[in-house]
Amino acid sequence: MTNNTLLDALQVELGSKIITSEVLYDTLVIEISPSEAFDVVELLKNDAALSFNFLTLIGAVHYPEEKGRELCVVYHLHSWKNAIRLRIKSYLSQDNPSIKSLTPLFDGANWQERETFDFFGIQFEGHPNMTRILNMEEMDYHPMLKQYHLEDGTREDKDDRFFGR
Amino acid sequence: MGKIEDLEVINGEGYQLTTLDKAVALARSNSVWPLPFATSCCGIEFMATMGSTYDLSRFGMERMSFTPRQSDLLIVAGTISKKLAPVLQKVYEQMAEPKWVLSVGACASSGGIFDTYSVLQGIDRIIPVDVYVPGCPPRPEQIIDGVMNIHRLVKHEPMRRRYSEEYRHLLGNYEIEVTNADNDK
Repeated sequence: MTNNTLLDALQVELGSKIITSEVLYDTLVIEISPSEAFDVVELLKNDAALSFNFLTLIGAVHYPEEKGRELCVVYHLHSWKNAIRLRIKSYLSQDNPSIKSLTPLFDGANWQERETFDFFGIQFEGHPNMTRILNMEEMDYHPMLKQYHLEDGTREDKDDRFFGR
Repeated sequence: MGKIEDLEVINGEGYQLTTLDKAVALARSNSVWPLPFATSCCGIEFMATMGSTYDLSRFGMERMSFTPRQSDLLIVAGTISKKLAPVLQKVYEQMAEPKWVLSVGACASSGGIFDTYSVLQGIDRIIPVDVYVPGCPPRPEQIIDGVMNIHRLVKHEPMRRRYSEEYRHLLGNYEIEVTNADNDK
């Protein structure tokens, strides 16, 4: 199966649910609205011909300049049967970043969704344990959001005497 | 009996005198049991230090103690994240007095290259450190040099130090209680 035949098959299955599609770095990328993302992944997983049976990755990207769709949740799916990968993107607003959890479909989504919550603050509805996973629990912000600078001049936990800053 | 290194003695006919302080310190310094708290590449260098080529057991240190209760020297080798910091402090608290701390490498000493929100910027923010070993990671020779400096401290530490008000004050800075504080009453 190639990206073109996959896109044809997806258009038959999903039709107008595909908002945009493109091929980036040899992988087909489709955009799905966040309210439909769960159903689409479920359909792709259970479809006998497509059989996207493996969730490779859940991640997120922050685009602060795109108003109303600042946060992008990215799912990487892998079909072992057809030896092909697919990226699904869903854009969320930063005001209420929440999307349905994939944990009922893939147990492997559990920690990846916690990590995405930890770093981007995206709420996964229906997740059994939506808490931080990598950062310390006392942390009160989501550090991968781009409003936080790479170099934070206000930090007080670094001893500048030794580093000449 | 052979020569006793670094120890002031009075030799008489059939006997040898020294102070209890010095005899105990000498014994301690030649049997420092380390607790390796290794989290990254410095830990690998420390393993080489333990191994046959560099051989820490030459100094009475071959017994790695993976329980804090039965160790004298906490060797922190590697990056300590802020999430791990309370764990490290708890391990230090659980060690019995007298105890020493060797900070191995740039990360343990200052956060190193990890100038970031998630990494503790030096373990001396949560526990008192006796000797720092620079390097990223330091070679085994450097770690052995740090260990020799620890031995020097052990050898010259008065027995009363751990009961002193200054020591209590030092640990108080880190909000750690002196565990043997009642023993001197």
